[in-house]
Amino acid sequence: MIEHLRQAPIPSLRFAAVWLRNLKVWRKLMLPSMLGNFGEPLLYLLALGFGLGQFIGEIDGMTYMVFLASGIVCSAAMTGATFEALYSAYTRLTMQQTWAAMLAAPMTVDDVVLGEIVWAGTKALINASAIVLVAALLGLVAGPEAILVLPVIALAGLCFASIAMVVTALSPSYDFFLYYFTLVMTPMLLLSGVFFPLSGLPDAIALGAQFLPLAHVVMLVRPLMTGGSIDAPLLHLAVILAYTFVGYWISAAIARRRLIR
Amino acid sequence: MPNNAVLTQGLTRRYGNHNVVDGVDLTIQQGECFALLGPNGAGKTTTLRMLLGLTPPSSGQIEVLGEPIPARAREMRQRAGIVPQFDNLDPDFSVSENLITYGAYYGVSRKLMKARLPKLLEFAELTTRADDNIGGLSGGMKRRLTLARALVNDPELLALDEPSTGLDPQARQHIWERLHTLRRAGKTLLLTTHYMEEAERLCDRAAIIDHGRIVACDSPQALIAEHIEPHVVELRGDLALHWQQHIGTAAQLQGVRTEAVGETLLIYSNTRDTLLNAVEADIGTRYLYRPAGLEDVFLRLTGRELRDG
Repeated sequence: MIEHLRQAPIPSLRFAAVWLRNLKVWRKLMLPSMLGNFGEPLLYLLALGFGLGQFIGEIDGMTYMVFLASGIVCSAAMTGATFEALYSAYTRLTMQQTWAAMLAAPMTVDDVVLGEIVWAGTKALINASAIVLVAALLGLVAGPEAILVLPVIALAGLCFASIAMVVTALSPSYDFFLYYFTLVMTPMLLLSGVFFPLSGLPDAIALGAQFLPLAHVVMLVRPLMTGGSIDAPLLHLAVILAYTFVGYWISAAIARRRLIR
Repeated sequence: MPNNAVLTQGLTRRYGNHNVVDGVDLTIQQGECFALLGPNGAGKTTTLRMLLGLTPPSSGQIEVLGEPIPARAREMRQRAGIVPQFDNLDPDFSVSENLITYGAYYGVSRKLMKARLPKLLEFAELTTRADDNIGGLSGGMKRRLTLARALVNDPELLALDEPSTGLDPQARQHIWERLHTLRRAGKTLLLTTHYMEEAERLCDRAAIIDHGRIVACDSPQALIAEHIEPHVVELRGDLALHWQQHIGTAAQLQGVRTEAVGETLLIYSNTRDTLLNAVEADIGTRYLYRPAGLEDVFLRLTGRELRDG
């Protein structure tokens, strides 16, 4: 394993063929897929925003609905990328043996893993963009600069896909993913400022939250959507990029160990 | 242009303390049809995977289509086609989408693939099923599509891992006929199989591999001539029992050798008359006589015990 981890992934542009394959499949099932991936976060936004919002009043000078909309955009990007990189990619790795077929062609494990990550990131971008659009139609964004959340969301998609891909490459079965959901995803979703500001948390937990990539995504996306100013944008970008890079490196190494034997 | 499609020296693969492939030297010429024959677990698939750069060798040298493997496996695979042992067609796509998508993995443009598509469908005899989903295809159709899929890049070398395993006799004949066509077109074919008939009918040369080593390598005819008596009588069930009780252990017949394979008794001889006279004297004319084949060589060289590897 150490041997594989020492070796930097060497992807080629052929990764685009993996992305294109997944896009073609997605297009066949576009409507149900969109409905599932973007309908659920939208329901959370509307139900919590209207229902809970009435009791909360304002947070940081904005209505709860406005506060929540930017958080839901980020969490939708995270869940969208994660589900694709876990369940769908794992199905192609194991049940469907799609990866094996690709590896018989002039493609490497590094290409396939990268193609899957970029695809999962793309799907996150599609889902999150739809929510940004709905939020704009509901008057929940401050202005046209909200369009800048899209590149941030694209990067966030790559980030969460890379991390999830590590779990996929390691996983002996679908059940294994539950560890990831319970131990990583749920705490991250609850402690990254999606539903409430981190300032309300005990100091130690708020400090710990600084290590969560989702917290940094929220800190970039919320000001962009609500018209505030971003504190330390480079730091946030650096953290997200670091998780993306390290996630890809490790997942490619584990996948190589699993497949090239 | 190198004349050798495949060249290996001392090719070895170790898993734990066990050498699954143990010092294999192979030379396969371009345009040749070559079979790796062996019982289950003999190391055929591991050898093939190493040649394709899908498994790194523990030691030894490999050169395929002039490229060092695994260092330049990607470049080599650009010019090769691979038919895996288990179909891994893309269940999310139709027949023609499978071919077009697979072409993209080789960097073949959609336009060029569309131009190649009718010929590939015709080769697979799936023209009328072009828009069908994979789930509705029979085992034979899937195999034909997998074979056509391995041709999307018009490869020089085609590697097939047990191409006809699990097919019914008609489908198997069909695959063999397709492989003959490819051979005539000048492609190098490398296949693993445990069907002797497949190797005998298709291949210029075969290597019999057992416990990771090549125990014999030559044309099927030469292997038969070298390793086995040319005449065989097969006795089954009661006849085999009868022969064993009367002759087998009691008297050593001159010029006749007997082997038991399960319930079947194989009686070999260098001269046809000696053999038939001996058999007829004991059990009359109710026997099966045939010329020796690759299967006899195979059983002789790899033994008769059951392999569950």
